[in-house]
Amino acid sequence: MSVLVYTESEGQKFKKAAFEVASYAKGVATMLGTTVTAVSINGGDSSELGTYGVDKVLEIKNDKLSTFNAKAYADAIKQAAVQEGAKVVVVSSTADSKFLAPLLAVHLNAGYASNVVELPESVSPFKVKRTAFTNKAFNVTEMPTDVKVIGLSNNAFGLKENEGAAASDAFDPSLSDGDFGVQVTAVDKATDKVSIADAEIVVSGGRGLKGPENWGMIEELADVLGAATACSKPVSDMGWRPHSEHVGQTGKPVASNLYIAVGVSGAIQHLAGINASKVKVVINNDPEAPFFKAADYGIVGDAFEVVPKLIEKLKEFKSNNA
Amino acid sequence: MKILVCISHVPDTTSKINFTDGDTKFDTNGVQFVINPNDEFGLTRAMWFKEKQGASVDVANVGGPETEPTLRKALAIGADNAIRVNTEATDGFYVARQLAKVIQDGGYDLVIAGRESIDYNGGMVPGMISALTGANFVNTCIGLEVEGDMATVTREIDGGKETSTAKLPLIVGGQKGLVEESDLRIPNMRGIMMARKKPLTVVEPIEANQETKAVQFQKPTPKGEVTLVDPENIDQLVTLLHNEAKVI
Repeated sequence: MSVLVYTESEGQKFKKAAFEVASYAKGVATMLGTTVTAVSINGGDSSELGTYGVDKVLEIKNDKLSTFNAKAYADAIKQAAVQEGAKVVVVSSTADSKFLAPLLAVHLNAGYASNVVELPESVSPFKVKRTAFTNKAFNVTEMPTDVKVIGLSNNAFGLKENEGAAASDAFDPSLSDGDFGVQVTAVDKATDKVSIADAEIVVSGGRGLKGPENWGMIEELADVLGAATACSKPVSDMGWRPHSEHVGQTGKPVASNLYIAVGVSGAIQHLAGINASKVKVVINNDPEAPFFKAADYGIVGDAFEVVPKLIEKLKEFKSNNA
Repeated sequence: MKILVCISHVPDTTSKINFTDGDTKFDTNGVQFVINPNDEFGLTRAMWFKEKQGASVDVANVGGPETEPTLRKALAIGADNAIRVNTEATDGFYVARQLAKVIQDGGYDLVIAGRESIDYNGGMVPGMISALTGANFVNTCIGLEVEGDMATVTREIDGGKETSTAKLPLIVGGQKGLVEESDLRIPNMRGIMMARKKPLTVVEPIEANQETKAVQFQKPTPKGEVTLVDPENIDQLVTLLHNEAKVI
């Protein structure tokens, strides 16, 4: 009856989110007095998961699962959960995990709570705290079902090291043709960039940057920080930047450790999407911009002067602290 | 093609979020309710299929009578029929079971539901109705074309996008990108007049469990004042981020 965790990987390497959900699963397992079993699908070196408290890894190696397929993945994870008699299944908040989690919950007849931000408040009754109203509030959700699926919000728990044996076991789920009704035909992905979901730091640009030609400094700032780049809604609406960079209520949610907004006024919809970030910095020439009310640190100034200077200072800082 | 667009009735984005009854209930006092933005993109895309491919478009909502103005708005935008499942939308799984019944009864080829509602942000309903009905499913959908019984769907993935093909019936978790913000429609007077005469069918819920229960709400602790850094002294920001915030 171990806690089961789906540890996502890409290119046979575990994602950072995988280590975070493993850390969280260990926390839940400790509360329940049980062990942690991870499911890895064409994943990386299982022993790495031991560092975060995983006791056993069910390793699925299957060419049919070489590209993500929500139904097939959910089916495989469900079979692992049944084999392990898992009462709690933990997944991350990546696009793929959010895609498969509701399917998994139905297959397991489980209650599902997404965007969970902390360890359960109690395990009997089982209660978790999650964000609601697009980060304007939290809600404590009670989960009376026998099996529970928990979607952990990105960067909410962090990585916690813990000894685990991470003994590896081959696992071969039986998949049906019905699992493959959706066929991927093309993937268009920037592989050299940090994605918003994985990023600890996000640098975002708004309309204040005046045009797509001025994004060089945003990218350079992101580069120095190892950050992902993002943008506000008007910027993606005008086609200056791709949709995939739009963060905010109707865009991607951001829950980074540091969020730097350049030339973003801070409309309520934008703030709703990024409020889960821990530390927020705003650079804007308008001291009345609403973002200053939401930010921890602010610079009132011209982005075209401030950002290049900030890049210089950060480079100095990096070389002094290397 | 028969299309169903699932409509969630949610507080307008700019609403003040407050709670009553010892922080156990959302305070609807003075709150303006709207069509969930993620559903609105799907509804507008459905209108395109109606106009260009002769599709029929129904809308459905799970909620009490107070949600009817939101369904009427969807009818005013151009949907043909509305269905309201007469019960409180307490939990995503419960709502998905109600909608799965509506879908099975209606024999829909394509179902578009927002990837999440902006109130509970559960992100559960589209995936769950696909698992309950057995239909194919694509989430975080930003592009949708249908030819005969095959759909070509683009979804947003972390750091890019992915295109797939899937046979109908198909459930789509929709969002911005299905159409652009500038394509969203505001009901005109003629639409509003016509919507009054369009059918709004009320159906009773099926028996289903509530699998999760929101028992308590909390507001985030108020944030302190912003610390302003002089643009002439950017070193200070780097120092603060390193020593005080400990994020670099």
